[in-house]
Amino acid sequence: MNNNKNSTLSKNQSPSNLLRILLAKNWALLFTLIIILIFSFTGKRFFQLANFQNILHLSTIYLLLTASETFVIITGGIDLSVGFVMGLSSVLSAKIIELLHAANLPPVLSISIGSIVALIVCIIPGLINGVLITKYKVPPFIATLGMMGITNGVALIISEGFPVAYLPGVLPSIGNSYLIYILPGKAISFFDKPKGIAGEEIKELIRIIPNSLIFISIIIFILWHILKKTKFGQHTYAIGGSMDASVRAGINTSKHLVIIYVLSSFLAGLAGVFYVFQTGIGIYTSFSAMYELLAIAGVVIGGASLMGGKGGIIGSVIGVFLLGVIENGLHLSGVDPFFRYIAVGLILIVAVIIDQSFPDLL
Amino acid sequence: MKNIVTQRNGIHRFFLQLGNKWAIIFLILGAILFSIISPGFLSFNGIQVILINSPFILLLGLAETFVIITGGIDLSVGFVMGFASVVSAKLIAILVELGMNDLLSITIGIVITLVIGIIPGFVNGVLVARLKVPSFIATFSMIGITHGVSELLIKGVVAKNLPVLAGEIGNGSLIYIVPGRTVSFFIKPLIQRGAYLIEILPTVFLIPFIFILISAFILKRTKFGQHTYAIGGNVDAAIRAGINVKTHIIKIYMLSSFLATVAGIMYVLRYITGKADAGTGFLMDGIAAVVIGGASLYGGVGSVWKTTIGCFIILVLENGLRMLGFPTFYKYILVGIVLIFAVLVDKLFPELIHKEE
Amino acid sequence: MEYLLEVKNLTKRFGGLVAVDNVSMGVKEGEVVGLLGDNGAGKSTLIKMISGVYRPDGGQIFFMGKEVIIDSPIKALSIAIETLYQDLALAENLNVYSNIFLGREKLKKVLKFINVLDNDYMLKESKGVLDRLEIEIPSLRNRVRMLSGGQRQAVAISRSIYWNARLLILDEPTAALGVAEQKKVLDLVRLLRSQGIGIIIISHQLYDVFSVADRLVILRRGEKVGERNIKETNPDEIVSLIVGAEKVSEKICPADRD
Ligand SMILES: Nc1ncnc2c1ncn2[C@@H]1O[C@H](COP(=O)(O)OP(=O)(O)O)[C@@H](O)[C@H]1O
Ligand SMILES: [Mg+2]
Repeated sequence: MNNNKNSTLSKNQSPSNLLRILLAKNWALLFTLIIILIFSFTGKRFFQLANFQNILHLSTIYLLLTASETFVIITGGIDLSVGFVMGLSSVLSAKIIELLHAANLPPVLSISIGSIVALIVCIIPGLINGVLITKYKVPPFIATLGMMGITNGVALIISEGFPVAYLPGVLPSIGNSYLIYILPGKAISFFDKPKGIAGEEIKELIRIIPNSLIFISIIIFILWHILKKTKFGQHTYAIGGSMDASVRAGINTSKHLVIIYVLSSFLAGLAGVFYVFQTGIGIYTSFSAMYELLAIAGVVIGGASLMGGKGGIIGSVIGVFLLGVIENGLHLSGVDPFFRYIAVGLILIVAVIIDQSFPDLL
Repeated sequence: MKNIVTQRNGIHRFFLQLGNKWAIIFLILGAILFSIISPGFLSFNGIQVILINSPFILLLGLAETFVIITGGIDLSVGFVMGFASVVSAKLIAILVELGMNDLLSITIGIVITLVIGIIPGFVNGVLVARLKVPSFIATFSMIGITHGVSELLIKGVVAKNLPVLAGEIGNGSLIYIVPGRTVSFFIKPLIQRGAYLIEILPTVFLIPFIFILISAFILKRTKFGQHTYAIGGNVDAAIRAGINVKTHIIKIYMLSSFLATVAGIMYVLRYITGKADAGTGFLMDGIAAVVIGGASLYGGVGSVWKTTIGCFIILVLENGLRMLGFPTFYKYILVGIVLIFAVLVDKLFPELIHKEE
Repeated sequence: MEYLLEVKNLTKRFGGLVAVDNVSMGVKEGEVVGLLGDNGAGKSTLIKMISGVYRPDGGQIFFMGKEVIIDSPIKALSIAIETLYQDLALAENLNVYSNIFLGREKLKKVLKFINVLDNDYMLKESKGVLDRLEIEIPSLRNRVRMLSGGQRQAVAISRSIYWNARLLILDEPTAALGVAEQKKVLDLVRLLRSQGIGIIIISHQLYDVFSVADRLVILRRGEKVGERNIKETNPDEIVSLIVGAEKVSEKICPADRD
């Protein structure tokens, strides 16, 4: 009976109401487009292929962290440790690479070993988080806050508080290379700059598709697929929507949540390794903890609810992109860089208020 | 038969009592352990070092205690502290530059900062109470805003050029004794080189100490405190009992911001500079202290004394590790472990918090 | 005799759902009105409008002959409408006497100007009211979380009657109780009626209602479908009103359906 009333109601939606809902649902995308438009006028060299590629390239780390946070937040949890797990992974992989490199191992080998070991080690914090949360019912907020302290401490001990810097020079060139290089009218090459170009010519070199974009696209696609098309994804939403219902439906929620936190930690580890590739050094993150907070911001701006059951990878990608565009656009427009913190804060508040005002959006 | 039961109960109750007091026992054991392996630890100076380092974590811990008891969280206290340090440093420097005398500049600077420092809390409170933004997100947004504003105020560098007097206040002691000669309060006696001066109770500890007393009084003895617990325990009950929950929550976040502002001002008095990120490290310590002390993040449970014990556990760990020659990094690990341990105790022995008040 | 409380055409919607639809009813002093209806009929919603938890979307409320706007629980309490909610609404982390005095704490002054809680007074008064109701609770300093369902109910009831209610609203007051405790609550209701208090009682236990109520109001899907004096009706008729006449033949007893 009640259901009947409700469904007739939703059928009779007026067009203006539909429009409102459409706006509320896609405001982040719309907002991104609008500020891109504005920055195109205000920002020097903003609306250029090179700049957009740059934004994407610099967003890779945030995309990884945000993707991992997306899964966790959909289950109704939170993972505060991702930023520091990333720091741990970056320091650990760099340290191993540095040691192996100093022992004269070929770069390819030392880089591979360092990355793989770091990725494996980064499963551990997630495993511990997951077990604490499911078996001992420690609130996710606390378990991962504790883990934040622990991973930060370990990373600082490994690095002794200094960047790990004696790494093979080839690292950043892999991390920052592009798929295609074109020297107009003269040369084209893949993965590396055309051989033997003169110093002046390098300014004319057109770079297309950063390798990081290919890398992150594949990962995002896989994660999107898992979340939207598989049983695992379905259960992730179910747990966030109603834990009780999921348990009664026979889902092994404990196991599922452990996997979620392991996945989160693993992706954070991947972000750390990527960071080393991108910058050529390993560095711990300082205790200001902006990484996980920005990741959470991305997820929430992307339409997820901290209450769980809601959100998605595409939304989160838009959220990260929005934050990236703001940072880059403000910078190129000559605005004081610190305005970006204020902007992030304000957008986040707007995101949540929109979420609160339209509780029925999914 | 009956005897056995009561005996078992007796033992059970003994362990319950013990478990309920685990935090203070942990603190005492920790202090004893460190003083055995590192003899200077519990010395007069060792204790004073702990007290000198205590104000920031204590003040942020207090701020967080109020908020956490209502079932919220305030992630912005660290940056509000930084914001307050920047604002007060800036104000004092400007007033001095305008030719005002040092003491007056410092006083006026502090008073204005205390007023300004409540604003972030007011905004947090309105967001949480009226616009129903989860406290986690509202206060996180406030991190961005206060951080940005502080950096804009000082353009990325630290605020300096403060009068020497500021540092003298912040690094002074309550009592000075030159053995066999003089005793003085607050004002450092002039002494010859090489003479022996004993300084007792750092002034920086006095402020948080006073706020601890006031906060404990508010929470335990007043209607405001009672309502704070009621809101955390059952919001519906509080509303139906006629408590104006929205206004109360706004006041709680203002109070939290106020205490963070006091911490920021103390930072300026102690380090004679203001920094946007002055308080970042203390946020985690503050939250950890509240939880280690035994508050529940679901609200309704917690107290000022417990938070104070939690703070001192962290301070003792920090100081003990330092005296043993470990780099500070180890502190993060230990605090993380103690934090998780605290919640585990809570979860595995739920009876502990269910007993009488 | 004039009504103590009268509501006219009260309506409350939740989104598209009309939880209470144009309901009018009244209670006199010293009268017990039973409010009956199936699960989801709108009983709780109706009384929450009277106690200020929800604002009505339409209709009027009269109390002692004057129209009143009850826009908050405080307002209801201030005109001596006390409510015992189905979900009890106790702060489980506080002790017994703090709950009884929640929102109306007794204060005393220290140093002539600081208001502090007068715990001794609140403890003594709470003991008094519990004794009057012959309710035994080991220690009033115990947190409510430690109490049994019956004891919590008792705390909630003491709280609503301590404050000299003119109108007392009881939503499922016997639901969580054992038989002996149920009887005590019903005795209490009779006692309060004899003191001239108006009472609205919601219950699934038809027997309870028949044993204390003077008049019955029946809701179905938000609408009022009947009103009967207790002396002029019988349980069968009431059941048929509750479930809708067409279903009577199926003999569904509402008491079993909760
Ligand atoms: N806060 C609310 N939000 C939305 N719907 C509600 C709310 N409270 C009650 N309802 C709905 O209103 C109807 C009446 O509920 P209620 O008054 O609790 O019924 P009763 O107490 O008679 O069982 C039900 O369909 C219920 O789902
Ligand atoms: Mg009901």
